[in-house]
Amino acid sequence: MSEQDYLNDISEIKNLMNRSSRFISLSGLSGIFAGIYALIGAAVAYWLVANSGREYLILDGKVFRLIMLDLFLIAFFSVITAIYLTTRKARKNGEKIWDTSSRRLIINFLIPLLAGGAYILIILNQQKYGQTGALMLIFYGLALINASKYSIGHVRYLGITEIILGLIAAIFPGYGFWLWVIGFGLMHILYGSIMFAMEKKQ
Amino acid sequence: MGIIDNINKLFDHRIRLGIMSILVVNEYADFNRLKELLEVTDGNLASHLKALEKEKYILVEKQFIGRKPNTRYSATKLGKTEFRKHIEALEKLLKK
Repeated sequence: MSEQDYLNDISEIKNLMNRSSRFISLSGLSGIFAGIYALIGAAVAYWLVANSGREYLILDGKVFRLIMLDLFLIAFFSVITAIYLTTRKARKNGEKIWDTSSRRLIINFLIPLLAGGAYILIILNQQKYGQTGALMLIFYGLALINASKYSIGHVRYLGITEIILGLIAAIFPGYGFWLWVIGFGLMHILYGSIMFAMEKKQ
Repeated sequence: MGIIDNINKLFDHRIRLGIMSILVVNEYADFNRLKELLEVTDGNLASHLKALEKEKYILVEKQFIGRKPNTRYSATKLGKTEFRKHIEALEKLLKK
């Protein structure tokens, strides 16, 4: 075998290791969209609370329910957009959208996320709502870090960023809303743009 | 010629090398998954899997998922060690 053969072997090994264990077709564009939805949703929530005649959010029925709906819609549209864009990219990469790699990615993403979601709902029912923004950021960050083992590297850094923002929000609950806006809005746009720029370079 | 000794003849084939690459980073993989990733025919894949199994580099487990037979493969400790040695040898050869 010649040197070129050995080089080919090494790159083939790397390629198979990556393709068999990681789902690489995550679209950066879907991160940008998720960030935009989060910013719009946050603006709606801000407007709702500002017009409720109170200084801060209380579990008083209507406004609270509207904000829950608002959050649900942000998540819903983010997921739909991500599925659409990722399917498109996977097709381009010749990667299957629903195989062992993507399944593992989603399952590992959902475990911390659902645990966190359930926990937040439980403590909201106990009228402890001061830490909601912080908890959302922290659990979302943990979900990203857990999922990053099965995907591309940037997901991990976004996860770490979200956890740091979450901890800051835990110290300053009064700024929870703004840290949420930074974490779910600006950071998604930032990391999504970095990933998008790298996709274009390839 | 210590380096050449570590170049494993068994890994001198694209498909066998591919099988091992997949199995060292995954807990296990079933036949169809390997076929899909390596883009080979059934017969071809089966014969290379046999060769690796014979050397005890991989472990074969036959089971049923519902009523369908399913064969899954995992790398043995020996297989992983040999594969690592092979890669180290390749890297050293390239560095020279």
